Amino acid sequence: MEMFLQSLISGLLVGGLYAIIGLGMSLIMGVLKIINLAHGQLMMVAMYVSWSAWNYLGIDPYLSVVLSVPFTFYLAKFLSKYLLNPLIEKDSILPENQVLMTVGIGMVLVELARFLFTSDYRSVQTSYTGQAWDLGGVSISIPLLIAFIVSLLLTAGLFYLLMKTDLGRSIRATAQDRLAASLMGVSAEKITVLTYGIGSALIAAAGTFFLPIFYLYPDVGPEFTAKAFVITILGGLGSTVGAITGGIVLALAETFGATYLSSGYRDAYGLVIFLLVLVFLPGGLKSLTKV
Amino acid sequence: MHNDKFISKSEIGIFIFALVLPFIFDFSPYIQGLLIFVMLWVVLGTSWNLLAGYTGQVSFGHAAFFGIGAYAAGVPFFLFKVSPWWGLLFGGITAVILGYLLGIVVFRLRGPYFALGTLAAAEILRIAFGQEEWLTNGHNGILYITTWVSKYPYYFIILAIAAGTILTVKVVMRRREGYYFLSIREDEDAASAIGINASKYKNISMGLSSFWAGMAGAFYFIYMGFIDPETVFALHNISIISILVGIIGGVGTIWGPAIGAIIMVLLQETFRSAFFGFAPQWVSGMHAFVFGLLVIFVILYLPGGVVGDWDLIKKKLHLKRKSEMKK
Repeated sequence: MEMFLQSLISGLLVGGLYAIIGLGMSLIMGVLKIINLAHGQLMMVAMYVSWSAWNYLGIDPYLSVVLSVPFTFYLAKFLSKYLLNPLIEKDSILPENQVLMTVGIGMVLVELARFLFTSDYRSVQTSYTGQAWDLGGVSISIPLLIAFIVSLLLTAGLFYLLMKTDLGRSIRATAQDRLAASLMGVSAEKITVLTYGIGSALIAAAGTFFLPIFYLYPDVGPEFTAKAFVITILGGLGSTVGAITGGIVLALAETFGATYLSSGYRDAYGLVIFLLVLVFLPGGLKSLTKV
Repeated sequence: MHNDKFISKSEIGIFIFALVLPFIFDFSPYIQGLLIFVMLWVVLGTSWNLLAGYTGQVSFGHAAFFGIGAYAAGVPFFLFKVSPWWGLLFGGITAVILGYLLGIVVFRLRGPYFALGTLAAAEILRIAFGQEEWLTNGHNGILYITTWVSKYPYYFIILAIAAGTILTVKVVMRRREGYYFLSIREDEDAASAIGINASKYKNISMGLSSFWAGMAGAFYFIYMGFIDPETVFALHNISIISILVGIIGGVGTIWGPAIGAIIMVLLQETFRSAFFGFAPQWVSGMHAFVFGLLVIFVILYLPGGVVGDWDLIKKKLHLKRKSEMKK
């Protein structure tokens, strides 16, 4: 029973983190209609910004969010403005050109990180690293709990942004119908760039809050890119609520699978679920709840 | 899109050149190894191109076929000490069977979802082959002492496989099937509407493509003498590089992936060896970085790849020369 509770609680906490990774991807997929295969790599960039701030300037990783998020936001805006947007008008044989471009971007980011920081594993040591809260046999990791709360706040913030502000309406309009939105006076190009920035800023925040929990190395990204698209497809494209449920379902599947089935297959459970969802429930969980 | 002659004189010339190349020069084993890797990438890039460039099914999981081909040679050796050379028989066939089974799932998906589906399938295989130690020896990999020390015999084998791959693409793209592939790439719904059995022809394309990728995998084990799941099912080093080789050379062209493979290996080795020792050592860390930049450049400015946009390149160079002459 304790093992069950422990799996449930860590699954839920990690699920919160997965949710913000998925949110960024879902937003980008909804508006740009592409799979952003540089997603995890942008998160890696943010993690290195935070790690550098901690290592060279002694800034607490949680505070360095004010550095890593804007940095990634502007970097992503730059990338989408000069590398992704120009491809929309380009005529090419394969419509997947933008996706392939994100592969190229991701590759360059990883290699740049390897060049600047080497392939060594990095981690931050803070007073709260490894601290846990004991609740009668079930322990709750403090950094994980903080990250979970932050992810809930970010999700609520994004929900408010998308639902209640003009910018959010423009983003949703562009996602629904790019041409119609342009005709209504929305600058689809600007919205695209901004969405890529916001989606990347979300994952930058996630990366920074991951830093006290996970090791950091240049190739950390692809694993999270994979998780992000699993979550997005699982939850349903462009759905905020879907990203949260998708994140939590994926994390629970991973922790329970690792506890009760085989821990070696931990990373495969999500991918199996992903294929099953693609084939049998193409709209994701969103299509069941209609939210 | 092709000349009337099935095989042009220059193509025969290229093949003969590749065939006699080792006899003209006395290459060091290092250069011989590079030549073999170029050919290996010609096979992978060309087989990816058949499925993605010609049929429009952009696979992000070509490592699945390469890996299963390698293990088709490796597993019988590991379990029963069967010679890995049988892999040249089993490798391609096993990959075709895998391709058919995967197709049942992934051909229901389109565009980016197909890409993600194939990527996920290859990753699942990578994890599974690492876990099932009774079958594959897990992450320890399978080791075998290669038959020959000299690299020359291997060069001719992979050259034959590469020639077979390119010939397959040439033959199939001249036949009715080839035109069906193109019509599926351009508009699958329209193709179905005029009576083309899209799922059948996607399976044929997948079968041909996976066969040669599997052969390349089997060759890889015979040549290297060592495989483990992380190398042969690698997402980045196999699946993604297969795509990039195709993109740089030119998707939907016969010789594009071959040119892409040459560019990729030359560029990477030039940087990895720090311009053969002439540049400072730190340059050697930049080989993948420069390749990534090249990919970005090609997608932005040469969306048809080096071969597909050759006329554009020629025009640009020509204009430049003209303007220089005016000065």
